[in-house]
Amino acid sequence: MKKTLGIFLLLAAIFLITGIIEPRFLRVGNLTNMARWTGLYGILAIGAGFVIITSGIDLSIGSLIGLTGSLFPLFLVGVGLPIGVGFAFVILLALTIGFTHGLLITKLKLQPFIVTLCGLFIYRGVARYITGEINQGFGTDFQGLRLLVKYRVFDVIPMPFVIVLLLGGIAALFLNKTIYGRYLLALGRNEKAARFSGINTDRMVICAYMICSVLAGFGGMLFALDQNSVQPSTFGNFYELYAIAGAVLGGCSLRGGEGTIGGIICGAAMVEVIKNAVFFLNVATESEFTVIGCVILIGVTVDEFIKRFAAKRRARQHATGA
Amino acid sequence: MQNADANPFLEATGIHKHFPGVHALNNVNAVFHAGEVVAVIGENGAGKSTLMKVIAGVHPPDAGSITIEGESVTIPTVAKATELGIAFIHQELNLSDNLSVGANIFLGREPRKFGGIGIIDQKAIRRDTRAILDQLEMDCNPETTVRELSIGHQQMVEIAKALSQNARMIIMDEPTSSLTQHETDRLFNLIRSLKSRGVCIVYISHRLMEVGQISDRVIVLRDGENSGELERREIDHERMVSLMVGRSLTQFYQHKEHQVGAPVLEVSDVVVPGLSEQPISFTLHAGEVVGMAGLVGAGRTELAQAIFGVDGEISGTIKVNGETVDISNPRDAINAGIALVPEDRRDYGLITEFAVRDNISLSALDRYQTGKFVRQKEVADLATEAVDEFNVKATSIENEVGLLSGGNQQKVVLAKWISLKPKVLLLDEPTRGIDVGSKSEIYQLIEQLAGQGVAILAISSDLEEILRISDRVLVMHDGAMAGELGRDMLSEEAVMGLATGSGNQPINQANE
Repeated sequence: MKKTLGIFLLLAAIFLITGIIEPRFLRVGNLTNMARWTGLYGILAIGAGFVIITSGIDLSIGSLIGLTGSLFPLFLVGVGLPIGVGFAFVILLALTIGFTHGLLITKLKLQPFIVTLCGLFIYRGVARYITGEINQGFGTDFQGLRLLVKYRVFDVIPMPFVIVLLLGGIAALFLNKTIYGRYLLALGRNEKAARFSGINTDRMVICAYMICSVLAGFGGMLFALDQNSVQPSTFGNFYELYAIAGAVLGGCSLRGGEGTIGGIICGAAMVEVIKNAVFFLNVATESEFTVIGCVILIGVTVDEFIKRFAAKRRARQHATGA
Repeated sequence: MQNADANPFLEATGIHKHFPGVHALNNVNAVFHAGEVVAVIGENGAGKSTLMKVIAGVHPPDAGSITIEGESVTIPTVAKATELGIAFIHQELNLSDNLSVGANIFLGREPRKFGGIGIIDQKAIRRDTRAILDQLEMDCNPETTVRELSIGHQQMVEIAKALSQNARMIIMDEPTSSLTQHETDRLFNLIRSLKSRGVCIVYISHRLMEVGQISDRVIVLRDGENSGELERREIDHERMVSLMVGRSLTQFYQHKEHQVGAPVLEVSDVVVPGLSEQPISFTLHAGEVVGMAGLVGAGRTELAQAIFGVDGEISGTIKVNGETVDISNPRDAINAGIALVPEDRRDYGLITEFAVRDNISLSALDRYQTGKFVRQKEVADLATEAVDEFNVKATSIENEVGLLSGGNQQKVVLAKWISLKPKVLLLDEPTRGIDVGSKSEIYQLIEQLAGQGVAILAISSDLEEILRISDRVLVMHDGAMAGELGRDMLSEEAVMGLATGSGNQPINQANE
């Protein structure tokens, strides 16, 4: 809780400082734009967060977005499936992919990095093959459906932001209030102890990968609706890295067992705010990545120092007890 | 040997050490002579580890002086301690288990070739390692990867490393906690040989029987102060305990008969993968405490975990209250009324970063749910009650478990399992590494549970403990059941005879 608050304050600070230096940053149009991207990437970051909490990783998010982002318009426009059926197919596909990742990781004990790295290659290839490398989109049709991302509540709040808050709320309930959330945090921290406590840890890990893939798949559709032009070979490239960066900035530790949904959404927002600030503060846009990298590095370094300080204090207390 | 008139090797005088809120060492004095084995004992929190850490340069003292051979020294770092000839062998060994024996012994100070441009002189390492190992009469190849050695041998490697650094004082923290009897004997022989060469050995242990065997002198600490010292001829169990706890615990080691009821757990023809092919059968009755003895590695932990479903399904049948149960994972075992308190509480028993409440409730969460949502209030009540009942010393159920002392951590693990109201309780080393006070509380708890009709199997490597708590003892040897001893046949010799596979002790086959 304390950590989430810290992340939120950091976000607010970056926000205000940029706003003071460059007031155009705070214009409604720009805020709406940032909120839209935060929503889209935030959905991915929540998924990545679940996997990271189990001390796993998912590198296939971007390729899965490429695949679902290509397939969704292909199903609706190319094949002519009804919206619901196309949507259901994509979700089912994403769930199957997540289930497969989980199965390989828990039952065959393959490393998450390797399994999802292979996924990264495979889904990209499949997307390119199925579409024949042809750009996918909705053209001028499906305006109603596209409102799912294009609509602005009260004319200012973009739908993706509303969606991420909704999903985030559900995810937070799941993580903090249900027995499954407790199980995920427990096994992420100490898988053996969780298993000895009678928790079906394999099932929970599989569940986390399914959540991650289904959110990526859903995100892929939203991105496709938003962009309306999906190039199968590049669509979603590196998005997994933004998702992971958001989750880590938001307080998830790759060692597992740590992280809050609120923090993750703040983390995703922070990535967007930084990108945007780079633009407004007249930093050369070429160095956008450098800035993001540095901010994350500073973030985790500070976090590590705080942790070490706490551990030292703890060790001192412990020494007296031993 | 030790001689009160001889100049001490190391003398610590008036040592004070404060930690936030605690006066960990209060004017502690300790003298250590060359060629002497000194045991430092005390309950957890008595300050023995802190004293050793002060001497080994881990924590500088707040006040007090340390002299080595009469010269005043300050020991601000571990490196300085090493330089002064003080080595600290921690309970958890500090070896790189992916490197060879030789590489470990010379880690950080490898002999180099060609005037030190960073190319390791492997030949010199082999030669020098061989020489040290020969000195210790340790039969092992310098090239062997440490991972492949037994714990006992790994410990020898640590000792070899200390000697190669010309250690004149070797501090050993609970050195026998994971050794077999045979390895312990070897260690004791080694300690005696080091002693005859003038090395001072400081021995920290909870195992008073061993302390009695090996020590020339015992320093007892209590609540951060000197509580007393015993010379060789004065060392006996009762004196040590009474100095440790400040009162005499005469009733401490008395066994109480239990009311034994109907069979609760019946294990028949179980074959555990990795253990002997010979099927294992035994029965636990309601209200009965059955000890399970054997050497480390005899397969006791594996058997208990197999019954608990950790390895998936096993061949053989398990009945609880007369009904056959299928156990393919710990959840099935819990549902059948079986609980396992695992040996290694930090690795298997607890999520140390979780709060006391969340640890206690972890196995029981599905009993406190409404449509998968946790009923937080009831979980908190459960934890609060358990903390009271088990006398866990924590200021709040929100406390992180990892910050509690070993004894209190163990009570949390017990609370976690007992709150499930199991019919069968499997305890694996229930009192390892915890202080005398918590130990006696845990024994009382075992009594109490037996009184309530729980069938208890207690695995222990501590013979005193086995003899004290058991109505009946099962002994394992080399992955198979070596025999069973009724209360009337119970003696250390009988247990050890079966455990080592050497004895032709009469085997009590009667189950009732």
